[in-house]
This record gives sequence, C-alpha cells and structure tokens, in this order.
Amino acid sequence: MNQALLVTKNIGRRKLRTCLLLFAIFIAFLLFGALESFERGFYAGQNSAAADRLVTVNKINFTVPLPISYVDRIRDLPGVTHAAPQSFFGGYYQDPKNFVFMFATDPEAYLSVYPKIVLPPAQRAAWLADRRGIAVGRIVANKFHWKLGDHIPISSTIYSRADGSHSWDFTVDAIINLPEDSQRESIVLMHHKYFDETVTFGRDTTSMVVLTTAAANRNDAIEKQIDTMFANSPYETSTDTAAAFNKAFVGQFGNIALIISLVVATSFAAILLIVGNTMVMAIRERTREIAVLKTLGFPGPAISAQILAESLLLALTGALLGLGFAGLILKATEKFTESFVPGMHMTAGIFATGIGWAVLLGLVTGALPAWSGLRLRIVTALGRR
Amino acid sequence: MPDFSFQLRQVSKRFVKAKETITIFDKLDLDIPLQDYVAIMGPSGSGKTTLLNVLGGIDHVTSGEVLFNGARVDTLNEGQLSRWRAANIGFIFQFYNLMPVLTAAQNVELPLLLTKLSSKERRRNVAVALDLVGLSDRSKHYPREMSGGQMQRVAIARAIVSDPKVLLCDEPTGDLDRTTADEVLGILALLNREHGKTVIVVTHDPEAANHAKRTLHLNKGVFVERTKLA
Repeated sequence: MNQALLVTKNIGRRKLRTCLLLFAIFIAFLLFGALESFERGFYAGQNSAAADRLVTVNKINFTVPLPISYVDRIRDLPGVTHAAPQSFFGGYYQDPKNFVFMFATDPEAYLSVYPKIVLPPAQRAAWLADRRGIAVGRIVANKFHWKLGDHIPISSTIYSRADGSHSWDFTVDAIINLPEDSQRESIVLMHHKYFDETVTFGRDTTSMVVLTTAAANRNDAIEKQIDTMFANSPYETSTDTAAAFNKAFVGQFGNIALIISLVVATSFAAILLIVGNTMVMAIRERTREIAVLKTLGFPGPAISAQILAESLLLALTGALLGLGFAGLILKATEKFTESFVPGMHMTAGIFATGIGWAVLLGLVTGALPAWSGLRLRIVTALGRR
Repeated sequence: MPDFSFQLRQVSKRFVKAKETITIFDKLDLDIPLQDYVAIMGPSGSGKTTLLNVLGGIDHVTSGEVLFNGARVDTLNEGQLSRWRAANIGFIFQFYNLMPVLTAAQNVELPLLLTKLSSKERRRNVAVALDLVGLSDRSKHYPREMSGGQMQRVAIARAIVSDPKVLLCDEPTGDLDRTTADEVLGILALLNREHGKTVIVVTHDPEAANHAKRTLHLNKGVFVERTKLA
C-alpha cells in the first residue's frame, strides 16, 4: 500500500457520489472542449489572415458589389503588390443542403494575393488554362469525394444563367492543400471570366477586392488612399485589413467569443460550487479519520496533500473524460461541420488549456478542505475533551 | 539510558470555556518507569483522558514539563510531535478508529507509510503484528467484516507495528464483552511482559486495571490513591 492507494480508496468510498461528481466535471469539460474548438474554428480566418493583406468592399456593406475596374485601379496604386476580385457565388452541390463556399476570382492574381496556396505546377497550369476549371479546397474535395478531372455541376442560390438554369459545369483542375489555413481548404475558386460570361446579372462587378501591400506598416496609408480615390463616386469603398474584415464578418453573428466564454464560465462556476461543496462535506465526514491519521504521526501537510490529491484526481479524471469525449464527438461530426466551421477540432492547445483549468479546479476545490485538514486539532476532532 | 518513559513535572492543564477557566489538573507530578504497565482510573471528568492526550503529545500542557526518555516533549512543535509520535507511541482507542476503506493489513500498515521501510519489509512487519494478535487469517478483511474484538486486535497490531516504546490505550475494552475484553487485555499484558512495551491504560473497568502492575486513581486532577498490585 502507499499514500496514492489511500487517495483512490477515499475517492471510491462513496461510489455514487463520486460518479455524480465525475459526471458533472465531465459535462463541464465536454462543453469546454466542444465550445473552445468551435470558437477556434469560427475565428480561424481572423487568426490566419496575413498582416499585409487588405480587403476593399462597398462602403454600404459587402453585399453591394463594386465595379470590376476597381481591381486594376487598386493594383496600380503605389505600395499595392497584388489585387484580385472575389465574388461570392453562393454555391451548392446537388442539394441546397450541400453548401459550397465558392468564389469567382482571377486565378493568377488570387494565387499572388494568397502566396501560401502553392498548387502543383501541372494543376496550376491546368486551372489557369481552363475557364471552366475550379480549384477545390482539400476539405471540400474529401467531403464530396471529388477528384482531379471530375466534371462537377454546381448550382448557385444567387445567380442564374441566360437559359434560366442555376447550374454550372466545372472541372476539378486543382486541389488546395493548406493544412495551416483550414479556411482556404474549405472553399472552391472559379474563374471570374467564366462567372462574368454566364451570369444574367452582376456582370463586371466583384463582391470585394483582396490585395496585398508591400509592407504591413503601409496598410493604414494604403487603406486611406483607396477609400479616398473612390470617395464621392457611386461606389464608395471601405478598406480594412483582412483580419479586421474577418472579425467584422463573424461579428454579424454576435460576439461568439463572449457567448462561449459566458457559457464556459457559468458551467465552471457551477462545477466549482458543486465540487467544492462536496469536497468540504466529504472531508467533514472523515474528520475523525483524519484525526486518527494525525495521531498516528501523519503530519498536517501530508494530510493536506492527500486531500488536494483527491480533488485533483477527481478534477483531472473528469476533465480527461470530458475533453476526450469532446474530441471524439468533434472527430465523428467533422464531415458535417467542416463546411461551415472548418478547423473545428480538438487541438493540443485546447486540450492543454483544459487540463490547466482542471488543475486549477482541483486546487481551488481542495484548498479549503486541505486547509481544514492542516488545522484540525486531534483532541477536538476525536471528541476527547 | 533513562529509567523513565514519562516524567511529568508540575504539569497543569487549564482551558477556557464560556469565559470560565476550567482546571483539569494542577501541578501534577508523575513518573512512569520503562516497561511499566499502569492503569489510570477515575470518574468521568477526572482528567484521565486529558492526561493520556498530554502523554501522547496530542494536547498541550498549560505549564510544567513533560519528559520522555529524559527529553522534553512539551516544547516540540506540531511537526516534531508528529514525528515523535510516529516513532515512539502506539495508540489504541475505545472505538478502534480503523479506516473503513482499508483492509486489516492495510490499516496495520498505515504507520509504516511514515517510515523508510520498503514495501516488502512493510508487508513482513504487518504479517508479524497480525500474527501476534492472532489475526493472520483476517488480513484481507475489511473492518465491516470483523467483530469488535477482532477490530480492536487490528488496532493493537496497528499500534505495535512500528515497534513503539509506549502503548497508550484509552478504554481499550470499553466496547467489548467480557471474554473479548480479557483476550485484548491478555495481548496488552503479553506486549508488556514479553516485548517490553510500556503500557498506559485509561479505563473504568476494574478488570482491565487488574492486568496492570499498578493503578493510579485520578479525581479532580489529583492522584488520590496509588495501588501497587501483587
């Protein structure tokens, strides 16, 4: 026997209570793991945006298009290195439920604005040469089992063709592999020229212009320069960094980070009260036994360490189960979630943060009982006076 | 080597309850020789349990000196007292005070967790202690699976497993029937006689006192009679 066995024996003495406690901690960390992963995926675009990348949209809002000529005018400004149009296509595959984040763009210019997208030379050449070609993010390709060379019909919820149909035929020419940017792996890119030729409205326009600058410290000046250039025109612009644009975009759905923080904080506060209260009760029930241990010669700090070990073991076990289960659920539902919230999975960082919270939970809930154990007077506890 | 286990010199114990100072004993002197077997009797509230607490270092004196093997223990701090108790004192309580989640062997092993003995050595010592109290066959039983007498014997095994010099017993037969009580008292006498343990028993039971070499009668904090048994 050792003191670790004593700790586990004490935890197991009231099995139902321990199971209920573990379940409460499990639920809290399941919520934490799932919501933190969701938040991470939700803000992935914001976090992965390059510092030197800007986005120009219509000043009214980004659903109002800009003339396509703006792309060249912006590109010609000093300090702007690359610029590309990016029009939201509103695509779906076979069924409106199979939503596809699809944009029409100038392939060569787009690849210059996003230099981290490196396509194999053959795929790049094929896509640039093929007006009906699309570059498909790896996540989308995996989801719909698309392969290079496949002919894919994609419909639009926004645009229609001259013949009244909503469906366009494409050829998969390239697959975008960019594991560090799951947002890029979740989109489909088509030729803006093909888009312009076939849609019945919205020709010669773009939803936005994405551009890069020579240096991030010139961003402010270039933003002002662009917006000044188009001031007092029928299509005034609003230019911001890509990170700020993404933040504003997800901000439409509310302050997700705050909502998640509140939900997690509430569940943790509830757990803190439940576990803390139960630990206090559990140790109070064992007052006499603690006094006996002290009588046998166990020093106060050793008793406190045992109590803290109990609360830590409980918190860590519940947390490991909760985080592990959250990871499994996220993995199992990845196919359904990756189109909407790409990158929503349990990362080592989220796991480590969860374990950190569990350690804190264990220490906080064990602190008061451990202090009581340390201060316990043997004669009082044994009722020997 | 000193001739005494314990020596109390002018020991007083008072405490304040509801703004009233209560004197448990005042300027008490007591010598307990090595390998003595002494019973302390007296009515409830006479201070005998408090005296046992003071001897065991789980309660502090208000004034005076408590010496063990010639060295003062009343001046030790809590940490030092814990180590001193672990090394020198075995406690036996009226209600056994075993850990319900541990088996008999694990209960007996508890004091050895404070030593540097290996797991194998601990198991051997536990086996010897359980054998001495006649419970070798109950080592894997939990307290709830044992009778009162068996639990008290486990408590005795726990008290002697680390080979302390002194056994402090608080009403060790108070919860037992006569036959079982005699068995327990027989073990205590054996430990005193054969193993040289100093045994100090606080009891209301005259039969328990009969097993001792001498009996001290405490009343209102004063020894009123000292009986030497043949």
